[in-house]
Amino acid sequence: MIIKSTSPFDLSRKKNRWSEKLIKLFLTFAGIVSIFTTIAIVYELGKESLLFFSLPEVNLVDFLTTTTWQPSIGKFGVLPLVTSTLITSFFAMLVAIPLGLGAAIFLSEYASERTRKVIKPILEILAGIPTVVYGYFALTFMTPILRSIFGENKVEIYNMLSAGLVMGIMILPLISSMSEDALHAVPRSLRDAAFGLGATRLETSIQIVLPAALSGIIAAVILGISRAVGETMIVAIAAGSGPNFTFNPFKAAETMTGYIARISGGDLAYDTADYNSIFAIGLLLFLITLLLNMISRKISRKYREVYE
Amino acid sequence: MTLEDNKQWAIETEELDIYYGDFRAVKHVSLQIEPQKITAIIGPSGCGKSTVIRAFNRMNDFIPGAHATGKVLFRGQNIYDPKIDPVQVRQKIGMVFQKPNPFPKSIYDNIAWGAKINDYNGNLNDLVEESLQKAALWGEVKDQLQKSALSLSGGQQQRLCIARALAVKPDIILMDEPCSALDPIATLKIEDLMRELSKNYTIIIVTHNMQQAGRASDYTAYFTMDADRAGMMVEYGVTSQVFTNPRNKSTEDYISGRFG
Repeated sequence: MIIKSTSPFDLSRKKNRWSEKLIKLFLTFAGIVSIFTTIAIVYELGKESLLFFSLPEVNLVDFLTTTTWQPSIGKFGVLPLVTSTLITSFFAMLVAIPLGLGAAIFLSEYASERTRKVIKPILEILAGIPTVVYGYFALTFMTPILRSIFGENKVEIYNMLSAGLVMGIMILPLISSMSEDALHAVPRSLRDAAFGLGATRLETSIQIVLPAALSGIIAAVILGISRAVGETMIVAIAAGSGPNFTFNPFKAAETMTGYIARISGGDLAYDTADYNSIFAIGLLLFLITLLLNMISRKISRKYREVYE
Repeated sequence: MTLEDNKQWAIETEELDIYYGDFRAVKHVSLQIEPQKITAIIGPSGCGKSTVIRAFNRMNDFIPGAHATGKVLFRGQNIYDPKIDPVQVRQKIGMVFQKPNPFPKSIYDNIAWGAKINDYNGNLNDLVEESLQKAALWGEVKDQLQKSALSLSGGQQQRLCIARALAVKPDIILMDEPCSALDPIATLKIEDLMRELSKNYTIIIVTHNMQQAGRASDYTAYFTMDADRAGMMVEYGVTSQVFTNPRNKSTEDYISGRFG
């Protein structure tokens, strides 16, 4: 039987799909905007930092190695700001990593589906609390507790420990939620295999599921650290204002972000050394988070267990 | 049933009912498994084959809402007794799953892990070699023990999973459709391996593949479901008898390919 085609079917005639084109144009535009903004920010940071470093009283080596930050007398050693950033971030991670991971493992491996569905959104609400609230929480709740535990003469009203701990509470839901997603994505078949060999829930969670989810968990931890390093409001309120080179977490010390917030919020004239310095500090902050990102990629590539 | 009484079975069920929530998935299963033989469980989809095999080492515990009534007797103890530690049950009754599921670790660690968590205090290297030998995989992987298990082919991965189960030194190995994701050649290799292993281990296999049950098993249990969609065993006996001279009409229809 011969089938005769009644209407010619011309494959070469292209349809004009306007909506496709429009959407593509919009998406390209969105992509370009985000890339362009990043480039512009880096450019602006670099340009203003260059102005700062070209000032006669500033040089890069002193900036990175000396421990006094007093622009009024021409001392620009950034280390006190860096150490207090690192100390507050350290205490934040001390709270956020173990508790966040613990919560994630509980939710993913131990809790029933019902418990998980109730608890996870509650945990995520924590992430929605404005950081300024956390700041006052640190100052008016955490600090008095610390002072009553360690003694009022030891713990200053503004101190890094309080800010760091509360920052940890703020970051906790981020780490637990992201880690939980990573753990939950590990296929059930791996858990079955482990249980089938007579593994307990703990052995299965820690030795099989956790390594398989490691790259996601490390990503969560790094994002957490980046947030801690970049967090401003809590440290500005609770960690104290005024650079202070100390490793004592009970003392007040201003972080890099706290300093930037204070200077940019104040009424300093353009083109003073103080004003330009915030760009240099911003650039340094950016480089620190960039470095953390690169390290984390290395770590996760080395230790992760790819399951598919 | 031709099987005699008062015998030491490898494992047996008595009036086993398994529920998922309110739904009864398996009804009144009383099944005695011969030690050091291969017992195949066959039947159409949804007849509760996998549910039953997973009851033998309490893998159903991980399915929310699943619970069982009746008994599963292993060495004289009901493994569903509240006093029983399911972790220890699974050390004695190992399992191989439908899809090969090696850990994303090295070949060596895949075998050694089960032994390590069970406080094995012999020589791990020897155990790994011995287990891989038994699973007929040693020759193919002996020079690449540190390579990822996921670099192996599907058939090799499944034999690795068998080796991994053997390393824990179980009495019984449960296989839940172990060849359904494999090609015919890999399937035959697994069947040869099962035959070899049955000299020392009791093997229970769920299979969709009737030819496989006919070829590879000593005993066959045929399951189907009743009007409430609850799975139940309708025929059990020596494989050759079940296949050539089934007592039940439904078994005959299934085996001759009229449905299923």
